[in-house]
Amino acid sequence: MNAAALFGRSREGEPGLLPDPRLGSPMPWVIAIVIALTVIAAASGLRNAGARASADLNGGITVQIVSAAPDARNRQADAALGMLTRLSDVASARRVEQDQLNTLLEPWLGTRPGDTIDDLPIPALIDVRLRGSATPDRVKALQAAIAGVAPAARVDAEAAWLTPVFRAIATLQWLAGGLIALLAMATIAAVVLAARNALVNQRETIEIVHMLGGTDAQIARVFQRTAAMEAAAGGTIGLIAGVVAIVVLSEQFSALGSGMVAGAVLNWFDWVMIAAIPLVGVGLAVLTARLTVLSALRRML
Amino acid sequence: MSEPDAEIVQFDNVGLRYGTGKEALTDISFTLYPGRFYFLTGASGAGKTSLLKLLYLAQRPSRGLIRMFGTDAITLPRERLPGFRRRLGVVFQDFRLVQHLSAFDNVALPLRVAGVAEREITKPVDEMLDWVGLADRRHARPATLSGGEQQRVAIARAVIARPDMLVADEPTGNVDPDMALKLLRLFESLNRLGTTVVVATHDVHLIQKVPDSLIMRLDKGRLSDPTGALRYPPRRTTPAPEPVLSAAARATPDGPPLGFVAK
Repeated sequence: MNAAALFGRSREGEPGLLPDPRLGSPMPWVIAIVIALTVIAAASGLRNAGARASADLNGGITVQIVSAAPDARNRQADAALGMLTRLSDVASARRVEQDQLNTLLEPWLGTRPGDTIDDLPIPALIDVRLRGSATPDRVKALQAAIAGVAPAARVDAEAAWLTPVFRAIATLQWLAGGLIALLAMATIAAVVLAARNALVNQRETIEIVHMLGGTDAQIARVFQRTAAMEAAAGGTIGLIAGVVAIVVLSEQFSALGSGMVAGAVLNWFDWVMIAAIPLVGVGLAVLTARLTVLSALRRML
Repeated sequence: MSEPDAEIVQFDNVGLRYGTGKEALTDISFTLYPGRFYFLTGASGAGKTSLLKLLYLAQRPSRGLIRMFGTDAITLPRERLPGFRRRLGVVFQDFRLVQHLSAFDNVALPLRVAGVAEREITKPVDEMLDWVGLADRRHARPATLSGGEQQRVAIARAVIARPDMLVADEPTGNVDPDMALKLLRLFESLNRLGTTVVVATHDVHLIQKVPDSLIMRLDKGRLSDPTGALRYPPRRTTPAPEPVLSAAARATPDGPPLGFVAK
C-alpha cells in the first residue's frame, strides 16, 4: 500500500506521521557537509587516477641526446628522430624546439637582456609517443635501437621518472578511499541518531498505528520517506558545494602550469560518478533508516 | 440463547503482573462468543483496562492461556499481530487519537492501514463522522476538539472497518446521555451485524439499555464469576420495551452507517 497515503500528506492536506523534513533540522545539513566532502575526496581520487592512467597509457617517452658538442648533438638528434619516425610502433616523434627549451629553462637560468642560453650544452630533447604503453621492455628495446644511430641518446619513459609521484598519488587515492568510508560511516551515524530521535518523539503515534493493525514495514516506510527527502535535500546542497570546490581547486592547480596536473582533468565518466554520490547517500540514508526503525520496532509489541 | 460452537476469545487461568508488583489480574478464565454483547464492570483499579489490553493484544499475560479467533495468542509471532489487530476495533479510555491528523484522517486510519483505496474511504468516513455528529468538524485536529468530540472520533475510528470484535474502554464517559445512547445504538447495530462487543463501563444505566447483554464483573483483579459472563438483567420472558430515543438518536432513522466497508 501507499505509505504516503497512510501517513503522508493526504488529499485532506494534513501532515504525515513524521514532521515534514525541514532544512532547519540538523540532518540535511550534516548530510550536505558529508556529501560535499565526499565529492571533493572522490574528485581528488578520480583526478589522480586519471593522471596516472594518462601517463601510463599515453606511452610517453623522452629521448635526450646528451652531448656537449652542438654539432654532434644535432646530428645524433636528427638521426634518432629519423629512425623513430620510421618505427611502426611509434605514434609520433618530434624534436622539442630550442625556443621551447629556452622557455622551460628561463625560470631557472634567467632571461636578462643579452643573455643567451643557446650556447649552453643543453641536451636535445625528442618527445615520443608510442602506440600503447611504454613498458620497461619496450623502452629497453628502443634504447638499443637508438644507440646504433645516436650513441649519446638516453631513453626515459615518463612513467618511470614519475614513479615517486605515482606512489604519492596511490597514497592519496587510499586516503581518499578512507575518507569516503569514514564519511559514509558519518552519514550512517547521523541517520541512526535522527531515526532514533524521531522514533522516541513518535512513539505514541507508532503504538496507535500498531494497535490499528499497522505493520512494521508500513511504519518503516514513513521513516524511509523522510530520510530520503532529508538526504536528497542535503545531498543536492552538498553536491553543489562540492562541485564548486572542485572547479575552484582545478583552476588553482591549472595556474601552477604543471603538465601532469593540467592533463589530469575529470572526464565525463568521473562527473557521472561524482553526480551519483548524492544518490548513493540517499540510498544509504534510506537503508539505514529502515534497518534502525525495524530493529527498534521489533522490541515493541 | 444457546452459545455458538466457536468461541472468539478464550482466557484460561490468565494472570498479569506489571514488573515485580502483585498481579493486576489473577486466574482470569472466560469465553467470548461471536455476535454477543458483553459489558465489563468493576470498581476503579479492578483491572478492567488491563483485561482489555490483553483483549486487544497490547499486552502479553504473565501466565495462562489466551486463544483468539481460534489461534493461540500467547505464542502468536509478532508478524501475525497486525492481521489479528485489524479484526479488532478499540476505543481507548484516553482516546489515543493521532494529534497531527484531522478527525477525518483519524477515522480513516484503520482503512488506510488495511490498504483500502482512497476513493473508497471518503464516503464511509464522511457518513461515520455525520453519524457521530462531527460532519462539520472533519478538518479539526484533536487538540481543538472537546473531550466528548474526541471520544466520538475514537469510536468512529474503532467501528469504521466493521471489526470482528469491538473493545471499548469507558466509551461514553465524556458524552451527554443522548449521545451516549446514540453511540450505544451504534454498538448494537454493529453487534447485530455479527461483531462481538466488549464494553467496559461503570454506567449501570447504559448496561440496562442492552437487555441481551452479558456482564463480566471484575473485583481486585479477579472475575467475580470465573465461569464466564453473568446475565444482566435476568432473561426476559416478555419482549423488552423499545428504548426511548432522543431526538438526536432518532435523527437517522435508517440506523448507523455500518454497511460501508465490504467485509
